[in-house]
Amino acid sequence: MDSQQPPVRRGFLKASMAGAAVATLPATAIARKPAPVEPLDKYQPVYLKAPEWAFIMAACARLIPSEGNGPGAIEARVPVFIDRQLAGDYGKASNWYMAGPHDPAGDPRTGFQSPLPPAEIYRQGIVAFQAWCQSTHGKAFEALDAATQDAALTSLEKGEVKLPAELRDFFSMLSQNTREGYFADPIHGGNYRMLAWSYIGFPGARGAYTEWVSQHNRPYPLGPVSISGERG
Amino acid sequence: MATRTDPKKDVVIIGLGWTGSIMGMELANEGLQVLALERGPDRDTVPDFAYPGIVDELRYGIRCELMQQTRNWTLTMRHDTKKQALPYRVLGSFLPGDGVGGAGVHWNGHNWRPLEAEWRLRSYIEETFGKEAIPEGMTIQDWGVTAAEMEPYLDRFEYVAGISGKAGNIQGKIMPGGNPFEAPRSREYPMPPLANTYDASLFADAARAMGYHPFPRPAANASRAYTNEYGMQLGPCNYCGFCERFGCMNYSKSSPQTCILGALKRKPNFSYRANAEVLRIEKASDGKTATGVTWIDTQTKQEVFQPADLVLVCAYALNNVHMLMLSQIGEQYDPLTETGTLGRNYSYQMSGGTTLYFSDKQFNPFIGTGSVGMTIDDFAISQIDVKKEGFIGGSYITGGHTGGRPIGQMPLPPGTPRWGKGWKEAVGKWYGHSMSIGSHGSNMSYRDCYLDLDPTYKDQYGRPLMRMTFDWKDNDIKMTLFMKARVEAIAKSMNPEKMASGFKGEGAHYDIRPYQSTHNVGGAIMGHDPKTSAVNRYLQSWHCHNVFVIGASAFPQNLQYNPTGAVGGLAYWAAAAIRRDYLKNPRPLV
Repeated sequence: MDSQQPPVRRGFLKASMAGAAVATLPATAIARKPAPVEPLDKYQPVYLKAPEWAFIMAACARLIPSEGNGPGAIEARVPVFIDRQLAGDYGKASNWYMAGPHDPAGDPRTGFQSPLPPAEIYRQGIVAFQAWCQSTHGKAFEALDAATQDAALTSLEKGEVKLPAELRDFFSMLSQNTREGYFADPIHGGNYRMLAWSYIGFPGARGAYTEWVSQHNRPYPLGPVSISGERG
Repeated sequence: MATRTDPKKDVVIIGLGWTGSIMGMELANEGLQVLALERGPDRDTVPDFAYPGIVDELRYGIRCELMQQTRNWTLTMRHDTKKQALPYRVLGSFLPGDGVGGAGVHWNGHNWRPLEAEWRLRSYIEETFGKEAIPEGMTIQDWGVTAAEMEPYLDRFEYVAGISGKAGNIQGKIMPGGNPFEAPRSREYPMPPLANTYDASLFADAARAMGYHPFPRPAANASRAYTNEYGMQLGPCNYCGFCERFGCMNYSKSSPQTCILGALKRKPNFSYRANAEVLRIEKASDGKTATGVTWIDTQTKQEVFQPADLVLVCAYALNNVHMLMLSQIGEQYDPLTETGTLGRNYSYQMSGGTTLYFSDKQFNPFIGTGSVGMTIDDFAISQIDVKKEGFIGGSYITGGHTGGRPIGQMPLPPGTPRWGKGWKEAVGKWYGHSMSIGSHGSNMSYRDCYLDLDPTYKDQYGRPLMRMTFDWKDNDIKMTLFMKARVEAIAKSMNPEKMASGFKGEGAHYDIRPYQSTHNVGGAIMGHDPKTSAVNRYLQSWHCHNVFVIGASAFPQNLQYNPTGAVGGLAYWAAAAIRRDYLKNPRPLV
């Protein structure tokens, strides 16, 4: 899919209208052009191996699909976000207490108890889930039709796909990280061109609303800005 | 063993957040040589909270980069004494601060004073409802101080921090527009209230129509430019929506940095070290005084002994308790024999909320600040008939959003799919079209909710982690279900298209995964009796008279309010006792 040409949908139109409002600002406030990025199919993953990347692409496309209003996870380049997160401190659990002994089957209300960092939970979780897809549906996840993919993800979410206890957080991490990549600042690799912010009407990194706080029940007219200075 | 001994100081402070900064300033003003040791990094508005880097929801709101990382410090948790405790490995339920400024950097800024009844809760309940009103196993106590005694010190903190609000009771006179149930205060807040967001206005109108008494939530977010007694300046808040979990880019949120540290760092007799983690307080051979602290440079790993005449334990509440345990100052509490006091009466915060959805209203939730909102206190602890309702406790109830950050602040109506096409449609349809009414309530203390050292898990220096034994109790669940009914009645009167509530129900167990509150209190509690408290009414250790333990670790049970106002007041109260009575004749003050 060519992420350089996001489909024209309601959210994108909203972003364009917001851009029209920006055009009335002084010349010093003119939008910076977003840095060019490679198409998603040319992206070289940092952490994910090719079969893992194929799975993440397919799974993200169902978790936040392209159909309907607003960008999907693919248009927002969420897989890039996930790859970069898994390659970094989050994926390595660099900041977490990971000392043993571990009781990954312990009471879930005591929180994360796996001995594996998120990057490894993804790695092993993808293998286990793909094996389930093969044995249940005879194909890898990415080869299934959309409805079957949705059913498979639902089985994963509900715990019907039997995973070892140390992988029990796989689906919740995958779905949470997908939402994060959709809505985080584009500096982290997802939310390409702030498409998700434009879609919902979040102004991003503007961070200054003194003159707006008392204007109740009026739509806010400006589109988003990002940390690196893009304007949506 | 320490490889270096540094020259003696008059005062060593463990932790440089709100209480460490207050004690540092007060004792430096006494002319003493003061050193503060902070285990986290040094932090200041510039560069650490500067725009635009700080408005990064992922880094600060979700990955919690300003908070204590569990790699460096954590504890273990279990629901009861029969269970094996497991480590809190991924931040969720509570987010202790880290680095210079501590949690004072990333708090919302809700700055409250306790009710008159809360300072002497056991006496208030017994006098009003009889001794039998306190259920078996509930271990609530008086604090050993009264609202009238504390008033000047709470006032001092509010004027240093620069609080925006509206007084409800000035010297006994009820003031229109303020909280009529609050304890008498000597004067008005230093600044007028913040501007209301739309949701706060709607909530206040609905509450007023039901006969309640809405008032602006007292905010440590400046509504105006302000200069405090130390010459520190705040700028007016711009409602950026990146407040709690973030450092303030705008010098508007009261913090140690914006209110104290700039002035304190200029004093030649004050110094501080970041990345300096105190391993233990050292005791004299007779065990009755401390001789100083041993700390480790977290970068070079060199250990240093720092001698001092006075040791002030000013870390986060949980860490204060842990430090005393690691230093063997005080006797560990045992819930079976009910002996010992250290670790006793750990308590938390009981909260809930209802979200209302209106597709025809534009809330612009990204316009907000940590403490904006309108509140009612009509169901405060002192307004509850304990015999009739069957619980001890209370809550304040607020409408007012702090931000509309889309990863963490995306309420969706009940029944919305958690992913897929339905989820995507829902975020497009409902973002900006909901508001919440929250209740923030007390949590009593109980015989079997306590802290001790974990027998299994160790930190990076080989020290035992602290172990939390805690679960929700019927009394507090009854309290929150009472609030649920009140909140839902207000919500229904506002005619939302949809609404959904999240309150603890019967049989609920503590879940450490979702964020709830960074108001972990108790464990080194204050009081009149050394058999039931770890520190006296001046926050002085009953065991080592030159060790003072400042913070919410002193709360005998939790307030219905956010703790910082009381913590700041207690710091000034303890500082005054040290300056007035202790320095000229160091001894047990009680």
